[in-house]
Amino acid sequence: MAAITSSVPFAEAPARRKTFPFLLIALLLPMAIINFVAFVLPVIRLGMISFIESRSGGVLTNNYTLENYADFFTDSFSIELVSNSLILGFGVTLITLCCAYPIALFLHRVSPKWRNMLFVITVSPLLVSSVVRTYGWMVILGDQGVFNGILMSSGIIDSPLRLTNNTLGVFIGMVEVLIPYMALSLIAGFGRLENVYEEAAASLGANSWTRFRRVILPLTAPGIALGCLLCFVLSISSFITPKLLGGGRVFLLATEIYDQAVIQLEWPTAAAISVIVLIIFGLALAVYSRVVKRFD
Amino acid sequence: MIGQLTLPFRLLVACIYLFLLAPILIVLPLSFSNDSYITFPPESWGLRWYAAMFSHAGFAQALWISFVIAITVTILGLAAGVPAAFAIRRRQFIGREFLLNLFTAPLLLPSIVLGLAILLVFVQARLLGTYTGLIIAHLIITTPYVIRIMLTAFSTLPPSVEDAATMLGASPFTVVRRITLPLMMPGFIASAALSFLLSFDEVVISLFITGPRLRTLPVEIFDYVESQTDPMTAAVSVVLVAATLLIIFLIERTLGLSKTIGK
Repeated sequence: MAAITSSVPFAEAPARRKTFPFLLIALLLPMAIINFVAFVLPVIRLGMISFIESRSGGVLTNNYTLENYADFFTDSFSIELVSNSLILGFGVTLITLCCAYPIALFLHRVSPKWRNMLFVITVSPLLVSSVVRTYGWMVILGDQGVFNGILMSSGIIDSPLRLTNNTLGVFIGMVEVLIPYMALSLIAGFGRLENVYEEAAASLGANSWTRFRRVILPLTAPGIALGCLLCFVLSISSFITPKLLGGGRVFLLATEIYDQAVIQLEWPTAAAISVIVLIIFGLALAVYSRVVKRFD
Repeated sequence: MIGQLTLPFRLLVACIYLFLLAPILIVLPLSFSNDSYITFPPESWGLRWYAAMFSHAGFAQALWISFVIAITVTILGLAAGVPAAFAIRRRQFIGREFLLNLFTAPLLLPSIVLGLAILLVFVQARLLGTYTGLIIAHLIITTPYVIRIMLTAFSTLPPSVEDAATMLGASPFTVVRRITLPLMMPGFIASAALSFLLSFDEVVISLFITGPRLRTLPVEIFDYVESQTDPMTAAVSVVLVAATLLIIFLIERTLGLSKTIGK
């Protein structure tokens, strides 16, 4: 996943080393082959197949057509897919930000002894497979789950709350899965926040809300932007959590790609939806780079 | 002051941590349930589902398949990624930056799209449901990380150190053995561990290209969770998490994590 987004700067490579080209090729060739077979070729083929006409049952023809895209944009179901995915993307990103911001602020303020331990706890869920974490949520949120069990045995409710197999369950699971990514991005951006700025603002008579709005928030904005980009992109393309917690009743672009490709075997349709997901990615990235420019 | 460590703020943060860790905290006790179905807290405790898991043909086989694939991917990924990182960091050639971007670009592609794209090529190449196909697909996920980590590792090793050894009379072989390799070791180990973990946990791309006879552990868990809800998944999950923790523990003991990450 796109966990590492910062680019590694080039060191000033020593120019004095003369290399025989064949040695250079030998060094790069294995990696180039892997990259070509499992990345370049597949992406080209994905793009091509999205324009190929398919007969019923997913039989591919040799004809190129725009029909796959035309079908997509004229079908009300696919418009619903796009809007569901966008609502999930924006909603989950916003809630994740609200959950991760206090964590990041707390880690920034707490003493270093606690900070290291809490930092490890914050990122440790990343090491647990999302299938496992989603399964945990199914156990907690299910009709006979832990949460409903507690509420029913304490007499607060009579019948179980519907918390899985719907959008609510997907939201809860996605937020939990994405908090570590958001927290990492925020913590990376919190380095610029120093107590002296707040003290200065306080001594000039700013109350705590003004200090938060005018000092803390602007200083941490780059981290917020990065975290939001990451979470939006990851939630738009997430598949495991929506599939399991949605129970086949939550329809998103990512789940549709899988269903079309693996169950319906309609590869051109799946490829066209993939291209649309990539376009949404590109738009998100464009918005992000414009927002970041304004910070500088 | 917003964000001061007041009691309400501490409570809020504690609640968020509880939310964050809830699914993991629930799975562990559940795996020691002896009930036939999920009840929490379990009515009887025991190792029934661990025993069931190891006698369940699908899980036992999938665990082994995942292990073999992860080891192979780790070795091949280092074999391909380390020389590429070396060339990119130490040699001057046209298209250096382009190659680096190309080699790390798979990170940016959502795995659901990459999985479909790989499926479309592998179905023609008859690589679906084969070890070769799974290993190549996992390599495209792990090698960008290997290259990034090794680039950092090579940049912390200035060529002047090796030059100094050569000037003092060390043969090229000795330079590699006594200078380059020991200084590179944290980078190698970090790359290897991350490759293993990424491959061992990979599920989305594997879902597209596994066959009925060759399924990795995360795919097996995914299918099982989709169709059944009994505590066996909890037992399998604990084994998966324990394997991950074991690897991290081994690295921590041999090197220290912070050193490995390259701080």
